[in-house]
Amino acid sequence: MPAAASTSMIQQRFQRLQAEGRCALMPFLVAGDPDLATTKATLLALEANGADLIELGIPYSDPLADGPVIQAAAGRALAAGTTPAAVLAMLAELKGQLSLPVVLFTYTNPLLNRGMEAFCAAAAAAGAAGLVVPDLPLEEAEKLSAIAAAHGLDLVLLVAPTTPPERMARIHGASRGFTYLVSVTGVTGVRTAMETRVAPLVAQLQAQGGTPVAVGFGISGPDQAQQVKGWGADGAIVGSALVKRMAEAQAQGADVAAAAGRFCAELRQGLDR
Amino acid sequence: MTLTHPALQAGLAALQPAVRPDASGRFGPFGGQYVPETLMPALAELERAAAEAWADPAFTTRLNHLLKTYVGRATPLYEAERLTAHYARPEGGPRIWLKREDLNHTGAHKINNALGQALLALRMGKRRIIAETGAGQHGVATATVCARFGLDCVIYMGAEDMRRQALNVFRMRLLGARVEPVTAGSATLKDATSEAIRDWVTNVESTHYILGSVAGPHPYPMLVRDFHAVIGQEAKAQCAEAFGGLPDVLIACVGGGSNAMGLFHAFVPDTSVRLIGVEAAGEGVASGRHAATITEGRVGVLHGAMSLLLQDAEGQVQEAHSISAGLDYPGVGPEHSYLRQIGRAEYAAVTDDQALDALRRVSELEGIIPALETAHAFAALEWLCPQLAPGTEVVLNLSGRGDKDVNTVAERLGGRLA
Repeated sequence: MPAAASTSMIQQRFQRLQAEGRCALMPFLVAGDPDLATTKATLLALEANGADLIELGIPYSDPLADGPVIQAAAGRALAAGTTPAAVLAMLAELKGQLSLPVVLFTYTNPLLNRGMEAFCAAAAAAGAAGLVVPDLPLEEAEKLSAIAAAHGLDLVLLVAPTTPPERMARIHGASRGFTYLVSVTGVTGVRTAMETRVAPLVAQLQAQGGTPVAVGFGISGPDQAQQVKGWGADGAIVGSALVKRMAEAQAQGADVAAAAGRFCAELRQGLDR
Repeated sequence: MTLTHPALQAGLAALQPAVRPDASGRFGPFGGQYVPETLMPALAELERAAAEAWADPAFTTRLNHLLKTYVGRATPLYEAERLTAHYARPEGGPRIWLKREDLNHTGAHKINNALGQALLALRMGKRRIIAETGAGQHGVATATVCARFGLDCVIYMGAEDMRRQALNVFRMRLLGARVEPVTAGSATLKDATSEAIRDWVTNVESTHYILGSVAGPHPYPMLVRDFHAVIGQEAKAQCAEAFGGLPDVLIACVGGGSNAMGLFHAFVPDTSVRLIGVEAAGEGVASGRHAATITEGRVGVLHGAMSLLLQDAEGQVQEAHSISAGLDYPGVGPEHSYLRQIGRAEYAAVTDDQALDALRRVSELEGIIPALETAHAFAALEWLCPQLAPGTEVVLNLSGRGDKDVNTVAERLGGRLA
């Protein structure tokens, strides 16, 4: 592993959690679903209810890696007029109120549209800690990773259950902040069972050293979060299950941020059990 | 995006088959593999399998045998005498030849690729096939070869396209395929392609995705082009036989661009041959309701490839509009973007109304009802032919027949035909 010039926000957070023997809870939500004011309130509610990091999705018209729940959320956010610039502006307004690291989840096209350099500069200025780009594989990631690093952002790379061992080692070595282990062969979504073949991959990646390993895609509730922790993962990412709760609260006219906060607290309890 | 790439500086010298695409799957700056990591090993496997297959005489012999006995190749190069006469001036005019891909089994060029990829799937031991379709021609071709080889077949099709192309939906079901309606977005080809990719991400270990155009992540633009290259190879030999030389102009419609790439590929090094792709201008490029990606698009990434793309100021992909379901796509194959950028090929756009006029003209003059997609290529003859010197040899790729479009055409022209 090349030595980092300085310790990033994400690294610091994982180091603290590892020292405490805790598994990081990383909720995912789509910015602007149903509007950015709700997203802002939800981010604060998630931190207050035990989130350690947050993955914030920038809505995109063609989210290839996402299942129906997050597709629908992105559709609602776009219908509400959410733009990448507005998402970053909202994030910037939370400076001083939100202390956890925020990882931006964006597809390649909106990022290229703004330009890698300009996007990273704006993301860093808004206070983001890192980037996840689900349709940018290792072969295309080198350039973006260097630009992101120059702005103090970690480019988090993904490995999948189908990734061969040699390639997995290369991705893990190139990933910054943490490595995102996709827990299912498939798109994002709520699932009733996890793929057990993923469990040994956590230890394999950790044995290589370097960045922490967070598991995501398909974690539906506290029990599965606890299962991921049992595999030895450094973090658990919960997306569709949270987005679904938020959509249900919205449909019932309930407080979306409060509903998100309650679900986050349940996940926290599952992880700390 | 800046568009500097070593291959661009090298210009036409880079246009050797061996470097299109390069080792990283790029045509100049275009192409690449922008897909979820889950698919990367499958793309590598597909690239390897294709390379091995093309080097295996058992594969090419079987492919060529089936192209002849099942598909009906070689397709004729037909001299369109009355269309030629229609565009003749007092001093003469261009001579128009039609490459009759409409005479293929299933009625379009699409089966060249579907057959080749089905044989590849068999080699890879994958017995479940998925595909996307717009006009339904690729879906029908895929369902056809799946029936032929006993493979499970699921076709993703936009709900709006299923309405427009009800006949082809029924054909696919007759052939034993399951047709999955896609209601997301504009419920057309773009959304069907996204859904097919999501299925592949989920079932990649058991499933082969027969992508239907020269689009998508590497190796698809190369793979699909290579299975359609037979169109241009035959045309080259047929031109030599018919008039003893190379044609002067090739013209084909472009949605994703597979029939055009198939015709163009063998002629790309022959720089005396003018290559013209015709896109769908829908209700007019100025209306914003069109599918003229190369004419109006900016560089972006869709469905795994960097290419020109119809997108808004924020990088959200825009919905395309065309009367022709097969051209109704906001992206275009990366090799077309490259050929345009280095100036090797030129691209124009014609409207729905111009395509409909052309469809009637060709039907009445030649006794051939072309597909609405193909009608766009015919429509471009209206502005092209008056500019061409007498004796110019023009080959138009008659990519498909229009039976599937009769309902759509009747809706638009019904009153006037009565």
